[in-house]
Amino acid sequence: MRTLTKLDGDSSRARRELHDHIQGSGPLARHTIENHAVDNTSSRQAGNASYHESAEKHVTGKAAYIDDLKTPADALHIALGLSPIAHGTLTKLNLDAVKQAAGVIDVITFHDVPGHTDIGPVFPGDPIFVDTNISYAGQCLFAVAATSLQAARRAVILAKIDIDEQPARLDPVEATEREEFVRPTHVQERGDWQQALHHAEQLIEGNLFIGGQEHFYLEGQACVVLPTEDEGVIVQTSNQHPSETQKLVAEVLGIPFHAVTVEVRRMGGGFGGKETQASPWACIAAIIARRTGKATRLRLPRREDMHATGKRHPFHNRYKLAIDAQGVIQGGEITVIGDCGYSPDLSDAIVDRAMFHADNAYSLGDVKVTGHRAKTHTASNTAFRGFGGPQGMMIIEAAMDDIARQVGEDPLTIRKRNFYREGRDVTHYGQQVDQQQLLHTLVETLEKDSDYWARRKAISAFNVNSPVIKKGLALTPVKFGISFTAQHLNQAGALLHVYTDGSVMINHGGTEMGQGLHTKICQVVARELGLDLDNVRISATRTDKVPNTSPTAASSGADLNGMAARDAASKLRERLFDFATEHFSEGLDREGMRLADGMLIAGFGKSKRSIPWGELIQTAYLHRISLSEKGFYATPLIHYDRSVGQGRPFYYYAFGAAVAEVSVDTLSGEYQIDRVDILHDVGEALNPAIDMGQVEGGFIQGMGWLTSEELKWNDKGVLVTDGPATYKIPTFGDLPAVFNVALLEGHPNSMASLYRSKAVGEPPFMLGICVWSALRDALSSLTDYQLSPHLDTPATPERVMLAANLIRKKAL
Amino acid sequence: MASIAFLLNGTLQRCDVSPDTSILTLLREHLAQTGTKEGCASGDCGACTVAIGESTTGTQTFSSANACITPAHQLQGRHLVTVEGLTKEKHLHPAQQAMIECHGSQCGFCTPGIVMSLFTLHDDIRQRCAPRASERAQGRSQELSQELSQERLEATLGGNLCRCTGYRPIRDAALRMNDIPYERPQWFDAALPVEKGETLSIDSEGNASFFAQPESLAELTQLRHRAPDARLVAGGTDLWLETTQRLATLNQLIDISRVSELLIIEETTFEGQPGWWIGAGVTYSRLYPLFKEYFPAFAHLLHRLGSEQIRNRGTLGGNIANASPIGDTPPVLLVLGAQVELASTKRHRCLSLENFFLDYKKTALATDEIISRIFIPQPAKNQQLRVWKLSKRREDDISAVLGAFSYRLEQDVMRDVRIAFGGMAATPKRALNSEAALEGQTLSPDGFRAAQQALASDFQPMGDVRGSEHYRQQAAANLLERLYLTLSAPNQEVMLHAYAH
Repeated sequence: MRTLTKLDGDSSRARRELHDHIQGSGPLARHTIENHAVDNTSSRQAGNASYHESAEKHVTGKAAYIDDLKTPADALHIALGLSPIAHGTLTKLNLDAVKQAAGVIDVITFHDVPGHTDIGPVFPGDPIFVDTNISYAGQCLFAVAATSLQAARRAVILAKIDIDEQPARLDPVEATEREEFVRPTHVQERGDWQQALHHAEQLIEGNLFIGGQEHFYLEGQACVVLPTEDEGVIVQTSNQHPSETQKLVAEVLGIPFHAVTVEVRRMGGGFGGKETQASPWACIAAIIARRTGKATRLRLPRREDMHATGKRHPFHNRYKLAIDAQGVIQGGEITVIGDCGYSPDLSDAIVDRAMFHADNAYSLGDVKVTGHRAKTHTASNTAFRGFGGPQGMMIIEAAMDDIARQVGEDPLTIRKRNFYREGRDVTHYGQQVDQQQLLHTLVETLEKDSDYWARRKAISAFNVNSPVIKKGLALTPVKFGISFTAQHLNQAGALLHVYTDGSVMINHGGTEMGQGLHTKICQVVARELGLDLDNVRISATRTDKVPNTSPTAASSGADLNGMAARDAASKLRERLFDFATEHFSEGLDREGMRLADGMLIAGFGKSKRSIPWGELIQTAYLHRISLSEKGFYATPLIHYDRSVGQGRPFYYYAFGAAVAEVSVDTLSGEYQIDRVDILHDVGEALNPAIDMGQVEGGFIQGMGWLTSEELKWNDKGVLVTDGPATYKIPTFGDLPAVFNVALLEGHPNSMASLYRSKAVGEPPFMLGICVWSALRDALSSLTDYQLSPHLDTPATPERVMLAANLIRKKAL
Repeated sequence: MASIAFLLNGTLQRCDVSPDTSILTLLREHLAQTGTKEGCASGDCGACTVAIGESTTGTQTFSSANACITPAHQLQGRHLVTVEGLTKEKHLHPAQQAMIECHGSQCGFCTPGIVMSLFTLHDDIRQRCAPRASERAQGRSQELSQELSQERLEATLGGNLCRCTGYRPIRDAALRMNDIPYERPQWFDAALPVEKGETLSIDSEGNASFFAQPESLAELTQLRHRAPDARLVAGGTDLWLETTQRLATLNQLIDISRVSELLIIEETTFEGQPGWWIGAGVTYSRLYPLFKEYFPAFAHLLHRLGSEQIRNRGTLGGNIANASPIGDTPPVLLVLGAQVELASTKRHRCLSLENFFLDYKKTALATDEIISRIFIPQPAKNQQLRVWKLSKRREDDISAVLGAFSYRLEQDVMRDVRIAFGGMAATPKRALNSEAALEGQTLSPDGFRAAQQALASDFQPMGDVRGSEHYRQQAAANLLERLYLTLSAPNQEVMLHAYAH
């Protein structure tokens, strides 16, 4: 019986003990982990704070990223020729010197593409190479393959490029006035908003510029392509959407999808930046691999990555709201303008999501929300954690602060008055807010735990006696809709194999970018099959294992793929139960049969019978029972009718809230975050340690977006913040001195999600808004809280100082 | 190509590499050691952090460096420790184990660099606290908590960007690792190769590709004389970007990092003034103790200059020779009245630093000269120094504006006022009109207002990626307001301690 391996119970126990030793119950591990104390005897299934499945590989340098993969000695390295200007016509592209440069094997342009030349992901508009029209600085003109990366990069410089340069249009507000859009404007309306404005007790209006954001995944865009023995390719890529890359590579090569296999083991960070932005490089590398018959490697140096790829959309938003004397919104109008860059990419859905979140947690009453998709000559802006949601929320959070100053109340009081509540629980797009009581509970708990009102008093007193250093405090909530707003994407598949030694392999459509998805999926399978996590392994995401997958995006990774994995595991479990009932002659009772602690258990009390997992599997195999299963899941209930702007686009909402206390030096604009308290809703946590990591990491990333991360283009449309020397993401010292983070407990998801958990990838990002609001609060103290200072984002020291200079009393 | 000999994780390596090869390229492309990652190739993200060991009295001390911008040739006779080396026979290093236990990795790409930064911290603490630790456990934990101050952790980790975690679990790991039992392995102190690296000699035209590593000033000036087009490299923290970012060929390099005269800090007098001669090759890290004692404001600036990886490699001479308008130390050196000594085969001459900077990235350095030393006078009695750097991010960022102020207060009268700014002109530059407006004046809003107005004639700053023209003007004026407040209301908090004091 060569297919059967001798099972050694001792060795698996030893392995388990070793791993128990390093799973995060140490004294300095974070307090939720203490709350969810790891039970050393349990098997670290779903719900448990297991460490990341690759943690040991991460810390030892063994985890392989794309550029670490070995390729044959004759593999080619690709470098790209990018447009130096933002707008114009390519009149001549002379690549003779490039082709003759040392080490160069192949050079390709638009005309060398065998199949489709447009690789727009949803709508057309993204040429793989420039044909004649140049639409942004950084757009790809040609590609060079050489025997080394250095040779390829040096050859690129030799190109002679003639461009008839035209002025770059960079202002999305002007573009909106000229109706230069990448997609049509969309409107959501509820009630008679004009009447509401007309009969308003008080009117309030404002506007805000919200800057974009570079993803700054630490691993840049990268892929390796191997030609296969037929007409196809195998693509290894750092990529959130392997199925789309498979489709685009096949179309660009003019071959069927089944000739292309795309594989993703892990990404060194994605954040949305590898959803559509990873495909062009795979397409280019695939063309050259097919032309030369050699393996090709393409990775973008950081500077080129920042020039060539899209970012979070900058937005210009404005509001005009009718409020009553208590500051409660009656209705009005909100307009959001997303700066989409040169092409549609995912901008339709992104601006939609900004509109879906223009209410954040507040009932807007009778309102019209308009979303424009402005076209400008920059890289095509794309998905980034929150997907437009954060930009939409910013305008209503700005309005909350403004209303508070106008009616002379604390901003928290105004926020709470405007929360979705009994009788006001339907959004402007017609979805009822389930669990709106949870929002109230969560905010009240945080308000109490963070000592909001005592600190408010102390801060007001401090500010009176401190002319330069001003403290600010703000609590902001998050309500974030979970589901892809494109209904068809809300599906997922999984493939489960059990081998004859009892070890389990799970694959699913999601990709691992550090968010711990693979860990959670393994935990789901371990829980369904009653196994220790060590028995369940996951391998790279591959399009030939699970086909036609959705991107790992919209926070949906665990919700969708976890359900699919659970489906596969539970089907297999039922089959094993059926087999066991029939096979084991002692007469096992099918009713109450279960898998736990590595055993199949039947009956209770004296009649309890246990069969070890390994024995069960080997017996099933010998009796020709299939030990493989696929799973599938499609989210129920969701729908949205774009023609009327109404529906139920989200399966559920995730909630959270955060309080920030800041100190601002109003002379220099420098500031520090003194304390942050967060309470976040993840339903029943799938893995509290990983969920905490998402909450903390998301918060800091959101804070960076609104504070130090500033994108700048020169007036010709060339990005000038094109590396970490000029583009500043938060670093170690930006971690708030006091950082209290907790997951809300005892509030399972009201919808039948995976073990009643909630998605956690994106929602915490928007907790960072409290930092910006606290900065405004500190500035407002300069006016004795009479005015609401305008503060565009990112609120760099420059912006803060200039805002303060307008209102502060000068000593000189 | 020339051959270098060094230890890689305790094992002798001999490699042939071209002068412009970085340690990162050597590791990833020549030695197939891919644990060390490239995140930016500009020394800003720390993903490629490695530790370089040097022998001091038998035990080695390790300091962190960005492999992407460190010349491989500088490994000659040194010990390179990488993330692959830390785990021997499946025993994780405490830095690694703590990172796992504290959930310190998510995507894992920055993790090897973070582990290496933690490793240098761990080893340093153990070297300095270990002997007494066995004697009194309680004393040790006290000592440890001093070692693990927030400032120290920021210094250690400020140069390692992580985009996933938000750093809290990494902070936990830094605190946790010292509680994990660990025996310092013997290979840490393996004997370093002593043979001299081969460098190709320079032909009469100076055409050959070479990486020369002189050890004396005489050798260095000779080389400079023979190869005036060769580039000088010390830390490489700026020079190396020319190859990684702009693809320039660096085929002739003279490494000044082993020239003994350039590594000395000497307390002496010069032209009757007591002070210190500081070798141009002295790194920021080595300067820190001196500054901490005599120029605390300057020492505090060093915390905000680059990252630990940069401070371990970058030199005072390099910061001056670079002549960038936004270099951090020149404005401070200007107000301190620093002198630079320039050396060639023919002569040594001294210049005041003001006369060294001519125009944007242009200096008084002749083609056959090198900066050998910098003289910093001791502070005069009651001399006060204030150094205020404004940047988008507090750590590891380049100044938008940096103001340095030196003065004495004699019964409320401002004396010996020297003010200099970075980021306000084509070179680091004194604000002579502003100084004049304050000199001999009593502390008053009028005097400082006049100084603010004088700034307009001192500087016409440009707007760029780090700040608009308007912001720079306002910021410089506001720093004068801050100076006024610190003097007129000394008990009032007028700045945030973490940024300035």
